[in-house]
Amino acid sequence: MQPFIDGALSDDEVAEAQRHLERCSWCAKRYRFEERLRHYVRVAVSEPMSAELKAKLAALRTPL
Amino acid sequence: MSDTAPTTADTRRLAQEARDRVRFEEEALELSDQVYRVARRLAGSREEAEDLVQQAYERAFRSWRQYTPGTNLRAWLLRILTNLNIDHGRRQQRTPQTTSIDQNEAGDYFLYNKLESQLPDENPDEERVLERLSQDSIVDALADVPHDFRDVIVLVDIGEFAYADAAQILDIPIGTVMSRLHRGRRILKKNLADKAVPA
Repeated sequence: MQPFIDGALSDDEVAEAQRHLERCSWCAKRYRFEERLRHYVRVAVSEPMSAELKAKLAALRTPL
Repeated sequence: MSDTAPTTADTRRLAQEARDRVRFEEEALELSDQVYRVARRLAGSREEAEDLVQQAYERAFRSWRQYTPGTNLRAWLLRILTNLNIDHGRRQQRTPQTTSIDQNEAGDYFLYNKLESQLPDENPDEERVLERLSQDSIVDALADVPHDFRDVIVLVDIGEFAYADAAQILDIPIGTVMSRLHRGRRILKKNLADKAVPA
């Protein structure tokens, strides 16, 4: 399931996985959970950059 | 200063280079939020992440000619950042022995099964299952994953890099990215299950 969620399968393999998920509610439920979990983790650990750091980076630019 | 007057061709070349440089710096700065988001979870603290991002941009702006236009700039920046992280001696930390990792690994569906079993309903939907996890518990659970495994999770799951980009950034084979990702996610899920709010 991992390469499927990561978008690392070929078109044929994706089609085969999708056919299976349509028929198998056990896998479908876990697939939806894995996908949602990944999104949930990404959002939960996202921390915005401070304005100070942003200004420091902008100041690194070569003067025109 | 050159003794001879610059030719028209030289002037044109320098003007073109100045434009390329400005464009490179602008493109790199546009990616800084995304670079920071990944750096924050590769590093142990906010201060460390800020230092790494600043140093990575300093180095990137110095060696901008080494970047090949049209290739993945975000991956290029993170490659620099990862190298700096290694230079800072992060790699001196030892990854725990395999045996102790094994004890911290759960089956692929362990988290789902555990969270689902805590709910009273017979057949809860995924959102209800996920609500058992608080934001703090997710941040802690990720931070507790040993760094070799955490790096690939951060690049693929948080940074949304393809396996090949993650492999290049970390300078490891794609197969290693996939195996570390698989084990890392299992460790993460075990950590999450331990921290889940009881129903």
